[in-house]
Amino acid sequence: MRLVIPLMITFVAGMIMILQFFVPATQPMGDNLQEWYMIVSSAAIFLGAANLITVHVHKIRFKARNWKYSPITLIGFAVMIITGLVFGIEADLPFDYLFQQMVAPMAATMFSLLAFFVASAAFRAFRASNWRASLLLVSAFVVMLGRVPIGSMIWNKIPIISEWIMQYPNMAGQRAVMIGAAMGMIATSLRMIFGIERSYLGGAD
Amino acid sequence: MATFIEKLGNLDRRVIFVLMALAVIIPLALRMNLPIPIDKGPSKNLFDAIDALPEGSRVLISFDYDPSTMPELQPMAVALSQHLMTRDIRIVSLALWPMGVSLGNEALSAVGDSLGKEEYVDWVNLGYKIGGGVLIVRMGSDIQSVFPTDYGGNPVDEMPVMQGVNKLGDLDMIISLSAGDPGIETWIMMAGDRYNIAVGGGCTAVSAPQLYPYLSTGQLIGLLGGLKGAGDYETMVRIGVENPPPGIAIAGMAAQSVAHLVIMLFIIIGNIAYLSEKKRKGGAK
Amino acid sequence: MKRALFVLPLLALTGVLFAQSGGITSMDGGDCFIESLTAEDAPNDAGGGVDITWTVALDTALPDSMVLERKDDSGIWAAISTLNPINGRKTDNELENGMEYSYRIVPFYAGTAQDPSIEVSASSSTQWIHSGRIGMLITLVVISLVIFYYIDQGKRGKELYIRRIAGLTAVEDAVGRATEMGRPVLYIPGIMDMDNIQTIASMVILGRVAIKTAEYGSSLLVPTCRSVVMSVAQEIVKESYLQVGRPDAYKRESINYITDDQFGYAAGVDGIMVREKPAAIFMLGTFYAESLILAETGRSVGAIQIAGTAMPSQIPFFIAACDYTLIGEELFAASAYLSREPKLLGSLRGQDIAKLFFMIVIVLGVLTATLGEAWEPASKVAVFLKTITSVE
Repeated sequence: MRLVIPLMITFVAGMIMILQFFVPATQPMGDNLQEWYMIVSSAAIFLGAANLITVHVHKIRFKARNWKYSPITLIGFAVMIITGLVFGIEADLPFDYLFQQMVAPMAATMFSLLAFFVASAAFRAFRASNWRASLLLVSAFVVMLGRVPIGSMIWNKIPIISEWIMQYPNMAGQRAVMIGAAMGMIATSLRMIFGIERSYLGGAD
Repeated sequence: MATFIEKLGNLDRRVIFVLMALAVIIPLALRMNLPIPIDKGPSKNLFDAIDALPEGSRVLISFDYDPSTMPELQPMAVALSQHLMTRDIRIVSLALWPMGVSLGNEALSAVGDSLGKEEYVDWVNLGYKIGGGVLIVRMGSDIQSVFPTDYGGNPVDEMPVMQGVNKLGDLDMIISLSAGDPGIETWIMMAGDRYNIAVGGGCTAVSAPQLYPYLSTGQLIGLLGGLKGAGDYETMVRIGVENPPPGIAIAGMAAQSVAHLVIMLFIIIGNIAYLSEKKRKGGAK
Repeated sequence: MKRALFVLPLLALTGVLFAQSGGITSMDGGDCFIESLTAEDAPNDAGGGVDITWTVALDTALPDSMVLERKDDSGIWAAISTLNPINGRKTDNELENGMEYSYRIVPFYAGTAQDPSIEVSASSSTQWIHSGRIGMLITLVVISLVIFYYIDQGKRGKELYIRRIAGLTAVEDAVGRATEMGRPVLYIPGIMDMDNIQTIASMVILGRVAIKTAEYGSSLLVPTCRSVVMSVAQEIVKESYLQVGRPDAYKRESINYITDDQFGYAAGVDGIMVREKPAAIFMLGTFYAESLILAETGRSVGAIQIAGTAMPSQIPFFIAACDYTLIGEELFAASAYLSREPKLLGSLRGQDIAKLFFMIVIVLGVLTATLGEAWEPASKVAVFLKTITSVE
């Protein structure tokens, strides 16, 4: 019984979502399910917040390893919530100020790390070890030059070749991965809807 | 014994980081500007599609990104808003990412103020709602039921900009500026394909290759890929404009040019070291 | 094979006749600015919709605006929408099925209403099958039947071959290495929520990895980017530990929520990597631009890294920075590969046959579309192939 109910819910919800795509008359049922999902996912944010507070309070209380970082997390969390609730989130208010002056630059800093990591990963991984790797290397150079103005200053055909690489060889590869993955998605969905894959319910194969 | 060149192959990554930082900082500090040629391509296609819209058309911009990807996507938001507003096209905006609301507001209000466009008359920001694809499907039948008020709590049905916009099918085009999911692909699947609306987009450079298949099928009418796409669009918007404001993306393209050259230099050094080591080991046999 | 019976209703639906159209009226607008006006039942909807289409006369003065009006029960015309003075189409929603509704358009010049267009009527009805998706429905049913057939073959004990997937073979070694080194195993399930199929696939693999960590006695850390994923992960890991008889080793607080923010999450996980120095890192699920930030940091702490995603643009980053990478569909094959369960292996075989079907359709499509330029029957085949593989 412990397994039957979740499996039934999965089956019914899955079939409704498939049917509503092909049978317009069942669309209201699908819309209802989607609204339920929106409500559940909105409510789940409280679950996450509760977990965050519990974990960090626990760390501080028991002086767990690296506990000194936890007060910073909790203070940041409290400040953003209080300023948002007390003053509102419109422009030029404290929440917006904190968002624009602190959250935005910090998030952009994390993203900008990519530039450094791309450089070090490219330096390490791009080796002309055989003819296929060499071909990849040459393509990478053409695309890198084609994406910046200096490429067309070197030779005005570089951006055109770069766009050709993106539109044909690149797209063929992307499509192959996408079609293969889509087949995997269909098979995984069917396995779950029909209860063949049950390990997510606690390894009950 | 390893030669100097082979040692270069094992260069400490911190050296790479420092040189990379310099490659970005110096061109920005020197305010280097390189000319951006505009060729046929996904950026030009998006520009032309917007240019072909009649005055008074309604375009939805979805700000599906957050501050982390702002350096690449915010210049696109500004340039697109400039283009749409100068052509008297009404903008209905929203965000599928919570932090996209403020960023969208920043771009729309700045451009709107500079061009004398009024909020609620020429543009509106409906705000953020959770749900992604589900939300889009719901908007397909009724936008007002999903967004009864804008981000500031003002009733949407009283706004002039929303007159005649009841569902997604009433819009002439959707543009998603996207850093991930939900984003361009969600809009294509849930709005473009279902309600037959033209979808255009802007994305980070790392995500652009993944969206090319949608360009060739016509499911995506145009695409701005990374800072290059933003730079292209800024350049096109500035054509024929007297004393245009400085382009954020155009300024960044010089830094990106130098950064690409530095990465290529590292790859070359790495390969010379690799081939030298391979030759030495081959000789030792 | 009994499960295939569930799919048969879908097949039967393809035989259902289209619902009766609610009627179309189309009128010529005479001298009015509105040249023609049409009202018809909105196609492929759940009922309650009427499509109104109009064209405008280009040789008449352009009105400032136009108002679409509908006649109510008492015979009074009421405005339902303001329209741009260009050709267009609008759907009137939330109507009662079977009732006749009348529409007209009134042009406004300098704020004054002029003669309205001729009125047109239509009624709405519910459609039982989406006419633009029948081809896809048949394709889906055929693919499903093939998959179920091979699942049945697997259950009957037929030997099914699965090629070696290095990344999955290395799972046990990675967990063993972490145990030997006395360091934790870090499992990153991507940044998307539970409605994403890659996250679901990742949760299934997490169950298998948790069984290994429970058996080996190494600690498992699962930082998540979504609260629902955290709850599901906690349940899955708990059940896995129970399954191998080690409920005492399960630590709920090791599976925690960090933030919904993409790079906030990347920063949090990078911090865990640097402080905890995990010996094995699994990155399985949906990843975007944070993939390389995570993979490079993981590499810098000397962890053995196994990544897997169906996001084509992130695969190169994982290949460059990780020891093993599951590419696209391999992520979805992981559960079957790790469990070696015949039913799941059967579904993989079915999936491969479905892929073969699409490969044949693509090759045939390219050939017939090319030949179709010169030979009519070939173009008809190309159109048919396009119909069964596309949706409206």
